[in-house]
Amino acid sequence: MNKDIKLPETDAGTILFNVNPIIQKFHYEIDYIHTYAQDTPFFAGLAKQKLLGSRCKGCGYTFATPRSHCMECGSPTEWVELPQRGIVHTFTTCHFGGEAFLKETPFTLILVEFEGVQTLFLSRLLGAEGDEIKIGMPVRARFLRNCKFKPTDVYFVPV
Amino acid sequence: MRPVYMVTGGITKFAKSHPDKDFRLMVKEALDYAMGDLPGISLDEIDGSVCSYFSDHFTRQLMAGAMVQDYVGLSPKPSRRVEGGGATGGLCFQSAWESVASGRMEVCLAMGFETMGRVNTWKGNEFIALASDTNFDFPVGGFYTGYYAMMLNRHMYEFGTTVEQMAKVAVKNHINAVHNRYAQRPGRITIEDVRSSQMVATPLTLLDICQMSEGAAVCILASEKAAQRLGGTPVLVKGVGSGTDAMRMADRPHGKVLLLPHEKEEDYVDVKYPGVHSFRGGRMAAKLAYAMAGINDPGQDLDFIELHDAYTSSEIQTYEDLGLCRYGEGGSYVDSGAPFMPNIEYGLTFSDTSRWRKLPVNPSGGLLACGHPVGATGLMQAVFAFWQLQGSVQKHLGDSTLQLSAPKRGLIHSHAGTGTYITVSILEKV
Ligand SMILES: [Zn+2]
Repeated sequence: MNKDIKLPETDAGTILFNVNPIIQKFHYEIDYIHTYAQDTPFFAGLAKQKLLGSRCKGCGYTFATPRSHCMECGSPTEWVELPQRGIVHTFTTCHFGGEAFLKETPFTLILVEFEGVQTLFLSRLLGAEGDEIKIGMPVRARFLRNCKFKPTDVYFVPV
Repeated sequence: MRPVYMVTGGITKFAKSHPDKDFRLMVKEALDYAMGDLPGISLDEIDGSVCSYFSDHFTRQLMAGAMVQDYVGLSPKPSRRVEGGGATGGLCFQSAWESVASGRMEVCLAMGFETMGRVNTWKGNEFIALASDTNFDFPVGGFYTGYYAMMLNRHMYEFGTTVEQMAKVAVKNHINAVHNRYAQRPGRITIEDVRSSQMVATPLTLLDICQMSEGAAVCILASEKAAQRLGGTPVLVKGVGSGTDAMRMADRPHGKVLLLPHEKEEDYVDVKYPGVHSFRGGRMAAKLAYAMAGINDPGQDLDFIELHDAYTSSEIQTYEDLGLCRYGEGGSYVDSGAPFMPNIEYGLTFSDTSRWRKLPVNPSGGLLACGHPVGATGLMQAVFAFWQLQGSVQKHLGDSTLQLSAPKRGLIHSHAGTGTYITVSILEKV
């Protein structure tokens, strides 16, 4: 037994904002091991400058954002290459955002409509701003050369 | 299923932050208020609870519901947590309803809170955006206001809705809230104020959007026998409904409108539905709730509505989902003055005042002016609807301006994501 034992003192202090009530800063950070699982071929496709959608083997419904089973009938889908040209279905320019995106503001979001595809594709639009952006305007896909395996590896520009 | 009554309710003041109270104390305050308003009730009478809060990120405390349960003195009775994004409170209300309707409990407490002021607004926006698909949507946009702005731009394109019509919703809800002492952001504002406030995501400005909030709300639901025993002025939960839609708004199909009893297929020959301009889950929730409550024409059969106006645009979209007007007419519905309080001066002129019956929407001020502490919001709506139907608005708000004259039936509506989970519940005076 050691009756004189003491916890070692450290220099690390608490960042205190207020005393009554006590409000202090608490840092919180974590790494996740994230898998794209069945959606992997889509992200691999972006690296080869391909946009892959999903076509239902049961009813033929075609999804612009991948889903390995059909939302309409539940059948499995197969990968299909989407056209790299489409039109703007709707849009907005964000002047504010979540913390991770603040440094990118303002940025423009669009939903892209592809010929022969039943659902839309969320992406960024570059090269047009303000009144230059219109619903129905033709756009084409561009890809990052050094892919990051994120949906932002593809973006759209005016045709 | 047996009839279920709401017997009392309580809320705390909503504010950007309440650093002097944690979530347990906030719920306790709302519960004490509710119990103080119904002298016949005691903790012994409550058979169990359902707890409602949206985000584990905001609390940084898992199982927070269990901590509330013991704090308010209900352990070891049954409890559970429900979660469904922005609709968490509405789902909690309906979950408590199920406990009583099924016969499992005689008296069930629905209690909800959110503490969103523990992080900065931009971090809060990021937490909320984690409720969009984190593979495909969050990395591209990561911002709910951006998603809603895209829906709105399509609504404007399809139906001719204008930014001034949206601004009128903000004017209405902020001015209503001047008479609600629980509200976070009341104010006499104008269309110009809304349009000149900071642009957030075109065309939504700061005053088109609700704020981050902290607060709590509770409702106590009871069987008919228990309600009679407890006394007070109970209100009947006449109908409940809920619906869903694809998590990713880009996945929404373009098919046929789900029709309500007063509508015909010919009304919608040109509308591709839901697209990104409408909420199919909201229509489904309304359809089910109307069927249970025996409502054939909501515009005629309801006397007021408390709906989930996280954005001015979503209030307009929701008029259409609920069938107050046809799809595409939401903007004209605001212009007509139908959803405004009859006794308040808004500084606006209304057109077409005979086209729709007057049906006040968000007399409380809604989310836009009251705030949106997510897990408490749907329950707050139930409490305001309960006070309306009881005729006790003066007593609770210290001001009778928002008291409607003899309302018989009110609707509450709770909404998550870009319309992913939606609930509609109908309350009726007995
Ligand atoms: Zn299919």
